[in-house]
Amino acid sequence: MGSRASTLLREEEIEEIKKETGFSHSQITRLYSRFSSLDKGENGTLSREDFQRIPELAINPLGDRIINAFFPEGEDQVNFRGFMRTLAHFRPIEDNEKNKDPTASEPLNSRTNKLLFAFQLYDLDRDDKISRDELLQVLRMMVGVNISDEQLGSIADRTIQEADQNGDSSISFNEFIKVLEKVDVEQKMSIRFLH
Amino acid sequence: MWRRWELVFGALLLASYWGGTRGQDADPSPGTAATPGPPVPVPQPDGPQAFPEPEKANLPMFTMDYGRIQIPFEFTLWVLLASFAKIGFHVYHKITIWIPESCLLIVIGLVVGGIMHAVKEEPPAVLDSNVFFLYMLPPIVLENGYFMPARPFFENTGTVLWYAVVGTLWNSVGIGLSLYAVCQIEVFGVQDINLQENLLFASIISAVDPVAVISVFEDISVNEQLFIVVFGEGLFNDAVTVVLYNMFTFVADMPVVESSDVFLAMARFFVVGLGGLLFGLLFGVAGAFTSRFTNNVRSIEPLFVFMYTYLAYLVAELFAISSIMAIVVCAITMKSYLEENVSQGSCTTIRHVVKMLACISETLIFFFLGVVTVTTDHEWNWAYVLFTLLFAFVWRGLGVLVLTQIINPFRTIPFNFKDQFGLAYGGLRGAICFALVFTLPDNINRRSLFVTASIAIIIFTVFIQGISIRPLVEYINIRRTNNKHQTINEEIHTRLMEHTISGLQDLCGQWSHYYWKDKFMKFNEHVLRRILIRDNRAESSIVALYKKLELQNAIELLDTSLGDLSAAPSLVSLTDEKKASSRPKKTFLMGDVRKMRDNLSKNLYKINQRTTAWTNKDGLHENRQAREILIRRHHTIRRSVRMGSFRDQVRHRFNSIPKSQRYYSLQPGMNLESALPLRRTSHDSSRIAFLIIPSFFYVPNPNPRQTPKPSDEKARSDIVEMKEGRLRAVQPPPSPRSSSRSFTGRLGTVKEATPRPPSPGLDVIHESPVSSRGPRAKGPLPTPRRSLFHRVQGGEEGDKQQQEEKEEEEELSVELQGEAGDVPQPPPLPPPPGWVPENQQSHRAGDPLLRHSSQGSRGSSRF
Repeated sequence: MGSRASTLLREEEIEEIKKETGFSHSQITRLYSRFSSLDKGENGTLSREDFQRIPELAINPLGDRIINAFFPEGEDQVNFRGFMRTLAHFRPIEDNEKNKDPTASEPLNSRTNKLLFAFQLYDLDRDDKISRDELLQVLRMMVGVNISDEQLGSIADRTIQEADQNGDSSISFNEFIKVLEKVDVEQKMSIRFLH
Repeated sequence: MWRRWELVFGALLLASYWGGTRGQDADPSPGTAATPGPPVPVPQPDGPQAFPEPEKANLPMFTMDYGRIQIPFEFTLWVLLASFAKIGFHVYHKITIWIPESCLLIVIGLVVGGIMHAVKEEPPAVLDSNVFFLYMLPPIVLENGYFMPARPFFENTGTVLWYAVVGTLWNSVGIGLSLYAVCQIEVFGVQDINLQENLLFASIISAVDPVAVISVFEDISVNEQLFIVVFGEGLFNDAVTVVLYNMFTFVADMPVVESSDVFLAMARFFVVGLGGLLFGLLFGVAGAFTSRFTNNVRSIEPLFVFMYTYLAYLVAELFAISSIMAIVVCAITMKSYLEENVSQGSCTTIRHVVKMLACISETLIFFFLGVVTVTTDHEWNWAYVLFTLLFAFVWRGLGVLVLTQIINPFRTIPFNFKDQFGLAYGGLRGAICFALVFTLPDNINRRSLFVTASIAIIIFTVFIQGISIRPLVEYINIRRTNNKHQTINEEIHTRLMEHTISGLQDLCGQWSHYYWKDKFMKFNEHVLRRILIRDNRAESSIVALYKKLELQNAIELLDTSLGDLSAAPSLVSLTDEKKASSRPKKTFLMGDVRKMRDNLSKNLYKINQRTTAWTNKDGLHENRQAREILIRRHHTIRRSVRMGSFRDQVRHRFNSIPKSQRYYSLQPGMNLESALPLRRTSHDSSRIAFLIIPSFFYVPNPNPRQTPKPSDEKARSDIVEMKEGRLRAVQPPPSPRSSSRSFTGRLGTVKEATPRPPSPGLDVIHESPVSSRGPRAKGPLPTPRRSLFHRVQGGEEGDKQQQEEKEEEEELSVELQGEAGDVPQPPPLPPPPGWVPENQQSHRAGDPLLRHSSQGSRGSSRF
């Protein structure tokens, strides 16, 4: 599979992905070989099942949400382009990117996009708000069994109260940004992709 | 206190003499167990002599032979005493947070030593060179090797080896030469220590022992890179130190050292290291291979780990190559394969025993250190000891600084100064250092000075650095994996991000990031795993996952104690959502919020990170988290099978979509309609009948044209057997048919629906979910959902559903139906995460899934 991997990826494709995502050539080929080793069906796309076969993801409390994030709305398969586009959110912001001309469109790995990614992990119904219910679901996934439902409920209440500014009992994306403004999102939402 | 000790001991001695002589009198033949000489090596001036030998006796009523049991007896007492001490420390939990356990053990050792000194008792001669190298050292190293967090280690191999090998050499040579220089100064009176001996001593004290540091680092969850470097350095520099130690003890004997010897020594260094690696690999592979065949002798399974690793150690020792290297490599090699082969129980046993042995060894050494400190005669030379301390500190600091400058350009994430400080300051000396110096041969002329200086440096580093490292590291705020956060929002969202990152890293398989690693992984996948693992299924992770679930009997646990986890939010959801606006704003007191946050941060799942898993001495409970998560996901999946996802309620607008075709993991915002045609076209058919079982145990056949491999066959027949076991076989077993078909084919089974009138049997099935859900609809199951369910089911979907079911029934899941209709038994296994769109049968299949743990565990024994 690996030997096939490098041959199948055409140069121009790499160039396009490079332009779109900012990954380096070697990163792209490496991720492509990972992509094709995950692709058990060998049809150039990944399905949910392909993702779910990764054992570590199975014990990641947010495994399903993460997997979902790879699939654009309504889609059932993700191709390499889409795969890379999602991963591009997690590319560290490099120094030379910071002071690029502001007129260019925002790169996928900008702080806002990173935050949006996290936000959408909560926002199941895509209404651009984290409702108490959505928050509770995620909390339930992330919290051990020693914490009771009431406790969790009040935690969720408190969380929303903390962030909520316009009094609609939910967290909008702007409120989400506001509440995390002190957090080093750039670092927290970055992976060092290997070359 | 000591009086009582003496009394007890005196009594023992008396008794032993009495018994011995009595035995001799009674049986004069020379071969008896009672030896004529005084069996107790501990000289006790009073006692036996004061007691007149009894004249004559015919048959001993009561005999005692202390000499016979002395060594194991004293050993047991020592271990017991040390273990009691350990219990003692943990009674008051806070002590061990601020003071490393090794400190406490040394203190206890000092106290016991003081007592023994007061009664003029010699310390038991448990620690000599052979005992140490053959019995005490292997468990410690085995533990380190076995619990080495493999992945971060392989990601940082270069750095780890760099610090361990070069750093240790640097320290040894640096300290040795500086001390030699100091020795030239006449005032200090240590001119007689020559260069070789200085180097030997320096090599001993460059062995850092990171146990105390690791527990601190783990507690404050320091960043992974630093952690693994400290951990790995501690492990491998033991190997380097022992090699150097052996080399220098040899060299110390030689009157003249020529330059060729230096080169020979260097060459030997590599031979020793690589030889150890080779033997380790050899025995590791052999061990893994053996474990393939142990499935019928589960009770001795754990033994193989110990025997093979110990064998590796001994054989390496035999050839005088690095036995530490051998045992570590053996453990690392064997572990990953072996743990897949052995049963869950054996796996746990192995882990516990490895921990336990290491713990005993280390406790004894520290304990003994305390005793020896008090009881031996020291040769105290201020200058030498102080300079040793100084140089150890300086060279360590310099070493880290210089080595980091060299390695940093090669690292993706360079070490900053804080990391370097942590690395340098974490250079505590410990058990190995003491043991090495204590087992120095007697022909080293200033042996006692070396012992004294080593004890001084150990006690200094363990006490001063060990205690101060936590506050210091916290003070300088070294990079951590997760910090404390100010608001609950930050806490939650940061944790979410961290889980996401960890998940994505797993997803990207950062494992295999270099060419050679890719190659190795491929080799591993295609060759090694086939040979070394019994049921080498590519899907083993899912099966393993399922195995875990079954073994834990988790379903019942969850249903009873936790309520319905996944349902909890949704229960609140509908009602709360509606009155959300009307809900009065609760006000939280500051204290409450703080308590809430503490509670939350304590209970939030740790990031899926392998470093912290097994390094903690007492931490064998890590599995719990993974298990909980698995159970929950399992649970959620079943729930979604049972009645569609709870999310269905949130969005009524999707009610028109057949529930059958919903993903568990599909986001509600997604357009299901568009998802489905896609799948349909991909299968080129109008209706899909996905099967639960095949998808679960779907064994991807790398080459579909080939006939299934034996392992596939086996897996399949297992499934069939298991199903049958569950079934109370009403229907004829479908095995011949199902096994003749390729799994790949089965997964994608697509059939045109042939409308058929519902059979009476199906009605039964239809009823079953409702009726069997009834009693368990406690708590979290909201009623509106059920009505929703009915509506959908009762509607036009009903017919289609029945057709599907009919079709199913024909297709493969004959037994499912029989079971659901006949006995309210669960169908086979609930789905894995690798879930495909559920078919219509999910409504009935999902429900009886509850309460089948007894059967599940029966079935699972096959997997």
